[in-house]
Amino acid sequence: MSHEATLHGHDSHGHDDHGHHEHHDTFLTKYVFSQDHKMIAKQFLITGMVWAVLGGLMSVLFRLQLGYPDASFPWLESILGKWAKGGQITPEAYYALVTTHGTVLVFFVLTAGLSGTFANFLIPLQVGARDMASPFMNMLSYWFFLAASVVMLSSMFVETGPFSGGWTAYPPLSALGDASPGSKTGMDLWIIAMALFVVSSLLGGLNYIATILNMRTKGMSMTRLPLTIWALFFTAVLGVLSFPVLLSGFILLIFDRNFGTSFYLSDIFVNGVGALSNEGGSAILYQHLFWFLGHPEVYIILLPAMGMVSEIMSINSRKPIFGYMAMLGSLFAIAVLAFLVWAHHMFVTGLNPFLGSIFVLLTLLIAVPSAIKVFNWLTTLWRGNIRFTPAMLFAIGFVSLFISGGLTGIWLGNAALDIHLHDTYFVIAHFHIVMGVASMFGMFAGVYHWFPKMYGRYLNNSLGYIHFWVTMAGAYLIFWPMHYEGLAGMPRRYFDFSIWESFKQFAELNRFISTVSMIVFAVQILFLINFFYSIFKGRKVTTQNPWEANTLEWTTPINPGHGNWPGEIPEVHRWAYDYGKDGKDFIPQDVPVGADESSSH
Amino acid sequence: MNSLVAEKKKFTQYQVLLWVGIGSIIMAFAGLTSAYIVKKGQANWLDFDLPSVFWVSTVVILVSSFTMQMAAKKHKEGQQNQFKGFMTVTTILGISFLMLQVQGFMALEANNIALTGPRSNSAGSFLLVITGFHMLHMLAGVIALLIIAIKAPKKGESVSLMSTYWHFVDVLWIYLFVFLNWIG
Repeated sequence: MSHEATLHGHDSHGHDDHGHHEHHDTFLTKYVFSQDHKMIAKQFLITGMVWAVLGGLMSVLFRLQLGYPDASFPWLESILGKWAKGGQITPEAYYALVTTHGTVLVFFVLTAGLSGTFANFLIPLQVGARDMASPFMNMLSYWFFLAASVVMLSSMFVETGPFSGGWTAYPPLSALGDASPGSKTGMDLWIIAMALFVVSSLLGGLNYIATILNMRTKGMSMTRLPLTIWALFFTAVLGVLSFPVLLSGFILLIFDRNFGTSFYLSDIFVNGVGALSNEGGSAILYQHLFWFLGHPEVYIILLPAMGMVSEIMSINSRKPIFGYMAMLGSLFAIAVLAFLVWAHHMFVTGLNPFLGSIFVLLTLLIAVPSAIKVFNWLTTLWRGNIRFTPAMLFAIGFVSLFISGGLTGIWLGNAALDIHLHDTYFVIAHFHIVMGVASMFGMFAGVYHWFPKMYGRYLNNSLGYIHFWVTMAGAYLIFWPMHYEGLAGMPRRYFDFSIWESFKQFAELNRFISTVSMIVFAVQILFLINFFYSIFKGRKVTTQNPWEANTLEWTTPINPGHGNWPGEIPEVHRWAYDYGKDGKDFIPQDVPVGADESSSH
Repeated sequence: MNSLVAEKKKFTQYQVLLWVGIGSIIMAFAGLTSAYIVKKGQANWLDFDLPSVFWVSTVVILVSSFTMQMAAKKHKEGQQNQFKGFMTVTTILGISFLMLQVQGFMALEANNIALTGPRSNSAGSFLLVITGFHMLHMLAGVIALLIIAIKAPKKGESVSLMSTYWHFVDVLWIYLFVFLNWIG
C-alpha cells in the first residue's frame, strides 16, 4: 500500500521516491509480477504477438487447403498428426483452425494485444499520471489474460480437438457436447478461456476509465487530451458495457451444456443422438446476446487504431489534427451507435423485416461519423510537411483500408443486399479489410511510433518499409478478389470448393490468394525479427523527443522508471496539436502560452 | 482550471472504479433480464409464484443495508467497537441471505418446479441463473465485509466503498425481486 500511496500522491507530485524503489526490484517484480503500466503494456504486446503468429499460422494452414484442395503435403502430417492424415487437413481440423483463428485474432490479438498494450502504455504517460488508478488490478488484468491464453492454448492439444463451431460459438454446436468432436472438451476449454478473458477486459477497462477521469495532471482538461486517449476512453466504455452481456450469454450457455437447461436448446433432432429432451429453447436468443457484445467489439478493436492514427498523422504531417472536436464527436457517435446496430448480423435469422429496416437505418448512420473521420484525416495530410516514417505509412495505410472496407459495409448494412451476401466471401473480405487488417495497421503504426519510448531504441527503418509495402499490397491482393467470389455466392467456412460446379472457376484465384497469404505471413516474421533484434541491438534513442511531438510521454526520460517522471509531473498549458503555430514547428503541451502568442491557428 | 481541481476532490479514483464497475454489473443483469423477457414471450413458459422465503430474504437484505449504514456511521465517528459490531451483524445477515436464497431454490424443487435437468422449464432455470449470479456478487461482498471487519482500518475509504457496494447489491436484489414477481 505504501508503494501505491507514493504513486498516487495527490500533493505536489514533488518527491522522487520512485528511483528509490527501483533498486529493490528483482527479476520477478520487474518483469513478471510487475505493477508498472509500461511493463504490463509490454507483456500484453508480446503475448499478443505470440497469438498473432499462431493465429496467422492457422490461416496459412487453412489457406493451404483452400488453395490446394487436391494436393498432399506429407510434412503436414508430421506436425499435425491425425489432424492431417495423408498430408491433407481433415474437415474437422479445418473447422477447428478457422474457429480458433477467428477467436484468437478478434479477442486475443486485436482486443488484448491492441488496447491492452496501448491503453496501458499511453494512458498514464499521455494524461500525466505516475501509473494507473489501481496498478494491482492492472496486473490482475494481464494475469487473467495470460490464464485465458493458457487455457485456450491447451484446448489445441486435447484428444477431440479444439472447438470447431465458428468463433461466434452459436448453439447448438456450442451447447451440445454430442454435436461434433470439437463441441466436447474443446468447447469447455474455449468457454473457460473466454470467461477469463472477459474478466481481464473488465479489470483493464475499469482502470482505463478511472485513470482518464481522475488522474490527469494539472491543466489537462478533457478537451486537451490527445485523441489517442479519447479513443481508448470510448473503447474502454464500450468494453465495460458490452462484455458483461456476453458473459451473461455464456452463463446461460454453460447451463445448457452442463445442467440440462433449455435456454438455447430445443427438441431438435441430432444425427447419432436422436431428438433432444430439451424444450422450448431458442438459439436466436444466444445470437442477440452475442452480437450485443459482438458489434461493439468491432469498435473496441477499431477505435484504438483510429486514435493512434490521428495522433501519428498529425505529428508526421507537422500540422494540427483537422477538426479536433469533430473527431471527438464522431468517436462519441460511433460509440453510441455501436450499441444500436447488433441485429444487422442477424438479417437472415427470420428477423421481423420492419425491425430489420430500423437496424438498416441505424447501421447506415455509422457512415456519417466514419466519413467525418476520413475527411479529417485527409485534410490533416493536405499541404502538410509529411514525414514518411514507417509509422506514418501504416497510419496512411489504415485510412486506405478503412475507406475500402468501410464502403462495402454500406452494401452489407442493407438488409436486401445482405440476404444475398450473408455468410459469403464478400463478408470475409469486408470485415478483414475494415476491422482485421486496418486495426492491425493501426497496431503496427503504434508499435513503430512508440517503440523508442518502450525500449529506448529505434526499429530498423528499411525493414519497416519492406514490411509496410508487402503487407499493404498483400492485404489488397488477398482480400480484394474475395469480393468477387462472394458476389458469385461462394460461402464462407466451406472445406473444399472444388467439388462445386459453381465455384470450380475460382480454383486458380483461390490458389493465388493462398500464395499471397504465405508471402504476407513471411513478411510478418521479418517484422518479428526487427522487433526482437531492435529491443537489444537497435539504434539507441539519444534525444528525449525523437519525433518532435507535443504529448507528455516525450517529456519523460528516454528510459522512464516506475513513476514515469523523476521530478514533478509537468503541468499542461495547451492542447496536444500545436504544430506549425506562430512560425514554430511544434510547441509541447507543457510549454506555457507566451504573451505574444496568437490565440488560435 | 478550478473546476478540474474540484472534480478531483469530488470522487477518488477508487470511487470511480467502483461506480464504473457497478455500471458493468448492471449491464450483465440487464442482459439476463432482457433475455428473460424475450424468452417469456415465446412458447413453453411455465408461470409460477415465488416461494414466500424470498420475501424473508428481501427483508434480511434490507436490514443488512441499514446495519451497514450504521457501521459506516460509527466508523466515521471513530467508535471502533460499535463499528465492528455492526460489521459483524451485516456479515451474518449477508450469509443468512445467501442461505435463504438456497432455501428458496429447494422450496421450488419441492414444489416440482425443476430448475435444471431435462424436466426443467427455462422459467425456473432463469430464476436460478439470475438469483445465483446475484448471490455470487453477494458472496464477494460478504468476503470483503469479513476482511474489512477483521482489519478494522481506522482511516481510509474502504468502509465507505464497502457501504456503496453493499447498498448496490441490495438495490439490485430489490430490482430482481420486483422483476421476477411482477414485471418479467
